Amino acid sequence: MMASSYSAKDEDGHITVTGPGGAALRSKKPENTAFKQQRLPAWQPILTAGTVLPAFFIIGLIFIPIGIGLFVTSNNIREFEIDYTGVDESSPCFNCSQNFSWNSTQPCTCSIPFSLEQSYENNVFMYYGLSNFYQNHRRYVKSRDDSQLNGHLGSLKPSKECEPYAKHENKPIAPCGAIANSMFNDTLELFYNDPNGTKILIPLRATGIAWWTDKHVKFGNPGDGLNLTAEFQGTTKPVNWRKPVYELDSDPLNNGFINEDFIVWMRTAALPTFRKLYRIISRKDNMVPTLLRGNYTLEVVYNYPVRSFEGRKRMILSTISWMGGKNPFLGIAYITVGSVCFFLGVVLLLIHHKYGNRNNSADISN
Amino acid sequence: MLRRRINRLLGRDERRADSRTINVGHRTGTSNEAIIPAKFCDNRIVSAKYTVWNFLPKNLFEQFRRIANFYFLIIFLVQVIVDTPTSPVTSGIPLFFVITVTAIKQGYEDWLRHKADNEVNKYPVTVLEDGLRIRKESEKIKVGDVVEVEEDETFPCDLILLQSCRDDDTCFVTTASLDGESNHKTHYTVPDIEKDLDSLNATIECEQPQPDLYKFVGRMHLYTNNQDPAVRSLGPENLLLKGATLKNTQRIFGVAVYTGMETKMALNYQGKSQKRSAVEKSINAFLLVYLCILVSKALVCTTLKYVWQGKPGQDEPWYNEKTQKEKDTNLYLKMFTDFLSFMVLFNFIIPVSMYVTVEMQKFLGSYFITWDQDFFDPEIEEGALVNTSDLNEELGQVEYVFTDKTGTLTQNNMEFIECCIDGFQYRYQDANSEVDGPCVTDGPLNKLQQKAGREREELFLRALCLCHTVQVKESTERSQDQVDGLTDGVDGLGVDGEGIHPPQEQIGLIASSPDEVALVKGAMRYGFTFLGLESKTMKIRNRNNDVEMYELLHVLNFDPVRRRMSVIVRAKSGDTILFCKGADSSIFPRVRQEEVENIRMHVERNAKEGYRTLCVAYKCLSAEEYNQADKGLKEARLALQDREERLMAVYNQLETGMSLIGATAVEDRLQEEAAETMEALQGAGMKDAPPAKAGVTRSWSSSNQDFGFIIDGATLSMVLNPSTESNAKLYKSLFLQICQNCTAVLCCRMAPLQKAQIVKMVKNSKGSPITLSIGDGANDVSMILEAHVGIGIKGKEGRQAVRNSDYAIPKLMHLKKLLLAHGHLYYVRIAHLVQYFFYKNLCFILPQFLYQFFCGYSQQPLYGAVYLTMYNICFTSMPILAYSLLEQHICIQDLLDNATLYRVIAKNAMLRWRPFLYWTLLGVFHGLLFFFGVRFLFSNPALQDNGQVFGNWSYGTIVFTVLVLTVTLKLALDTRHWTWINHFVIWGSLAFYVFFSFLWGGTIWPFLSQQRLYFVFANMLSSVSAWLVIILLVLLSLLPEILLVVFRKTHSPNTRQLSDGRLLQTSRINQFL
Repeated sequence: MMASSYSAKDEDGHITVTGPGGAALRSKKPENTAFKQQRLPAWQPILTAGTVLPAFFIIGLIFIPIGIGLFVTSNNIREFEIDYTGVDESSPCFNCSQNFSWNSTQPCTCSIPFSLEQSYENNVFMYYGLSNFYQNHRRYVKSRDDSQLNGHLGSLKPSKECEPYAKHENKPIAPCGAIANSMFNDTLELFYNDPNGTKILIPLRATGIAWWTDKHVKFGNPGDGLNLTAEFQGTTKPVNWRKPVYELDSDPLNNGFINEDFIVWMRTAALPTFRKLYRIISRKDNMVPTLLRGNYTLEVVYNYPVRSFEGRKRMILSTISWMGGKNPFLGIAYITVGSVCFFLGVVLLLIHHKYGNRNNSADISN
Repeated sequence: MLRRRINRLLGRDERRADSRTINVGHRTGTSNEAIIPAKFCDNRIVSAKYTVWNFLPKNLFEQFRRIANFYFLIIFLVQVIVDTPTSPVTSGIPLFFVITVTAIKQGYEDWLRHKADNEVNKYPVTVLEDGLRIRKESEKIKVGDVVEVEEDETFPCDLILLQSCRDDDTCFVTTASLDGESNHKTHYTVPDIEKDLDSLNATIECEQPQPDLYKFVGRMHLYTNNQDPAVRSLGPENLLLKGATLKNTQRIFGVAVYTGMETKMALNYQGKSQKRSAVEKSINAFLLVYLCILVSKALVCTTLKYVWQGKPGQDEPWYNEKTQKEKDTNLYLKMFTDFLSFMVLFNFIIPVSMYVTVEMQKFLGSYFITWDQDFFDPEIEEGALVNTSDLNEELGQVEYVFTDKTGTLTQNNMEFIECCIDGFQYRYQDANSEVDGPCVTDGPLNKLQQKAGREREELFLRALCLCHTVQVKESTERSQDQVDGLTDGVDGLGVDGEGIHPPQEQIGLIASSPDEVALVKGAMRYGFTFLGLESKTMKIRNRNNDVEMYELLHVLNFDPVRRRMSVIVRAKSGDTILFCKGADSSIFPRVRQEEVENIRMHVERNAKEGYRTLCVAYKCLSAEEYNQADKGLKEARLALQDREERLMAVYNQLETGMSLIGATAVEDRLQEEAAETMEALQGAGMKDAPPAKAGVTRSWSSSNQDFGFIIDGATLSMVLNPSTESNAKLYKSLFLQICQNCTAVLCCRMAPLQKAQIVKMVKNSKGSPITLSIGDGANDVSMILEAHVGIGIKGKEGRQAVRNSDYAIPKLMHLKKLLLAHGHLYYVRIAHLVQYFFYKNLCFILPQFLYQFFCGYSQQPLYGAVYLTMYNICFTSMPILAYSLLEQHICIQDLLDNATLYRVIAKNAMLRWRPFLYWTLLGVFHGLLFFFGVRFLFSNPALQDNGQVFGNWSYGTIVFTVLVLTVTLKLALDTRHWTWINHFVIWGSLAFYVFFSFLWGGTIWPFLSQQRLYFVFANMLSSVSAWLVIILLVLLSLLPEILLVVFRKTHSPNTRQLSDGRLLQTSRINQFL
């Protein structure tokens, strides 16, 4: 229906200019080049059982070990996950989640005890996870101003994309947009409950959690970044924020737009259930595991409401391997594919032997 | 075009008169002052469509009139107006590209037309004005101007011949550029015109312009001093058409009657009927399917979106509030815009680039035909010609071949073989040994070694010498023209065969049909030589070397309806004789029946052997009879109305009661390799139906034992147009059945229209088979235009067939390669191209569709905008284009050697619903695999070894990388012919993808409002998991494909032919082999 009328033809009664090479070729012998005569030397592979067989075996032989490797690696990754949303009445955060109000000046805190069955060797990565949170909603994804985030406060006019989070009380919001406005602002602290009863605060590193390029190129503070308060003069903080962007951290290299928590949040997640890197617990001593097995307490400053949209909040502790976080999918997939290939290889081999090499006929691939 | 239409409209409004009056030389005489000089259009030819000023608006308008472009324009506008997921740029750029390229192409073509127009319009001509010869530009000629034309010039407008510098008041023209007939035609001056054109005072009254080249009716009033005006009739023989070329005449003067766009040539510019290939129809059907998929996807998403939003807290969570404007929008309007947004998001499933690629493939691909050396014919120094590239693939789908006999199957090199006089056979044995005296050889009859009476013999030979329209070329020009004949290949038609005949026969003979030349030459061998026609006197030298003179009184021209021609001559003795020659069917009823039997036997035997037969008859006219005939003819010729019919009536009345003298047989040799070609085509499952004048079965029935079926034109017209309507269908279907059950059907003695009728009948029969017509003459044009594919042979009957054909080849034997190799390859290439395009866009868009289920049906695109735009333009377009130009899944030599391979792709095998379903399922499978593979990977988005997480753009980029790799490698798997270009393009475009992604992601682009892909690609590559998942998914996608190919192969080596050709084998092969 569409192509029918597409092709470039003269629709009315005009003499069409002669097609390719019309008059030019008159009384001229076509050139005898391999290309023009369609005789370019060519490699003509034909897929036969014979050629494919080794490939199947090779794939099988490569994939199965990789799969096993992946599977084992994934299994060796320690991961602990705890939901602190406070949906159940029994949950320590139930009160906080119930009594949530944007305007409350008194932060609601709750502490969740948990215990690790195994000790965590290497660096431990602390994630917060949200569920049923559509960071990938189109309205949400586009609601940001990358130019502003790069430090160009411009004429204090945030991008139109930031609407309805562009201005507040006639002042431009910095950082503008829905993403920034909804930045995750729970504070998570981890305590180790020493068997002898003392709570030891576990030091959490807040840097190195964002992409290097994001922190150093894509995001930037306005001006020289030394006096942020002055630079952000004339802007206002996002509506839902408790403090302005230039007070996110005391460290000037992790403050303002280049605050890593902020940067991590600004990288919108792919799926409605996601995790984001929150803190890193670095291993200090080669002799001592980063996190000993035992009892811990998670202290939460409960600022972030998720109940209104049936969301969930989690805290995840995980070690990381060369393949990233724990995910058995790849390992299983590799083992399966490898086995299938190997199996097919065997089947093909049988067929190949049974029917012999009668594969001379040419093939049209449809 | 518009101008012409307006002209026509205006013309119709202004002058409703049936005729126009022209003052010759713009002189207002004494008696014709009353006539107001009417305004006629100028002599400008405008074939160009555009001017500099209207090019842009008009071209844009025309382009957007096409539905596809319009669709993309709408999508673009929706993107501009509605808040859509992708920026208007993503679809704007491809559309702009397509529109620009097409505009440039059309602009260029129009520029060529302008150039051609200018060349014609600015051509200097000489016009007589007030006794002065004035040089003018051609476009300034006005109706009524007296124009001088010199030899070998083309006429600048339609002229009435007033004066010729030849003694006999004639001139010769060729109309090769008009109707393709390159023979010299004689045109006559208006009789009794004063030699001094300056003092000529005349008006011409003639019909309004009309496109029929062979019709012209007019009247000339000559005013001489105070006498009553004399009236002369004007016919087509007085009219010199624009575009024709003056030959053999030094100079003529003529008065312009039709100028510019009113000339017959301009009126004959009509668009060829547009042919669409089966592939194009398939594309349209597939498009419809994809459009349905697109709409249903959008509908599903819209519906689900509102269902989803119905749940509390989903529509507008606190973190993602709507703007005030959005809140205010009416719900239904919002639903509608949501639907549109989804359409925009998924619109890439119907890609603009497919049209561009298909067009490019067709255009570039057709060069291979023109480039093919095998199509080069050293004799005419020409190769194949492609007039349209739209039908390349149709060459691979031909089921019925209709071929003209003369000049196509045969060489149109006529040779006089034998004649029969009064039932006695005369066979000419050897041109060199026997020159004088007919030699009698064995006939199949009992009258061996017998001769007819000498008197009858001579009468017969005289008839052959007199009854024709052959002209003897003037000796001074002969040598030069012979050179022309050799190099030009068009000009020297009349003299064909000269080279192979002994020198004593080397008299330049010019005739409209090579038969006539052959007959005159035949008579020459028996001692009667035609010496020429001089001022109405025909001279022949008889056996005794005496010159006999005959006064040529009338020529009753040949026409295809009567299928005969006659001359009336007056011998020295005063006898008036009518000689008539024509097809047996048209002569036999007009002669005494007792004479017929003897000769019928010969004619039929000769016809069976494939010779062209003609019967010769004569009739003596008494003075009274002649006078009556003379009067009748002259009256009819003067008539302004129904001239043809009246002439015909007189002819028919005259050509009765003749007595039959004999018959002739002329052989037309088969073209080189004609039989082999036909055999190969039959092997390829095609059916031949040469609707020609006589049978050629002789040549190939020897090689295969098939059922042939011969039907002649008269019978056919009874079949096709029976008296009662009720029988019509029955006859037709019966005829068709018979035809379809025969390998070859011969249709003899067909009128051009009948040929087209047959083609049409087969074309519209059950299963609508693809037909191909091949012919070389103007009489084949209708059939060439009617068939799906029309092939012109660059033969000896001019260029008309070539001009109207879709493809032109020098010889019939080239048909084999054209169909079996080129057609096959083009079909496979374009079929694969089409399927692949749909496939790659399905698996491109499917993940994006699936992503909607995970992003709250918010129309969030999965891929970055730049990927959406570039996917079809850059990343995946070149490999398929290279494939569709270079692929040879079977090498050309095998295709030629193994004609049965042609059947594998018959009946549009690769574009039927089954393969389409296969490709669609493959696309769906791949799309699902890409999306969910990455989805499972992203169940933990911490994919880097530093614990950092990936976001939605990384997700999209991984899917996109898998996608690009898979579709490219899928094509690589399908490629059976890897030239360096394929390697370059396939690996090149993958490398380009990587390079581009790095570049795009490596920079903060100031013109982008959001740097969404900044370092996404590089970060992806730093993740081992991403690598592993890419490798896994690509491999997994291709695995079934590989398996399928291998399994098919292993199970039966001939699967191809079995699976795809099954349909054929049951029906076609049984029938046609």
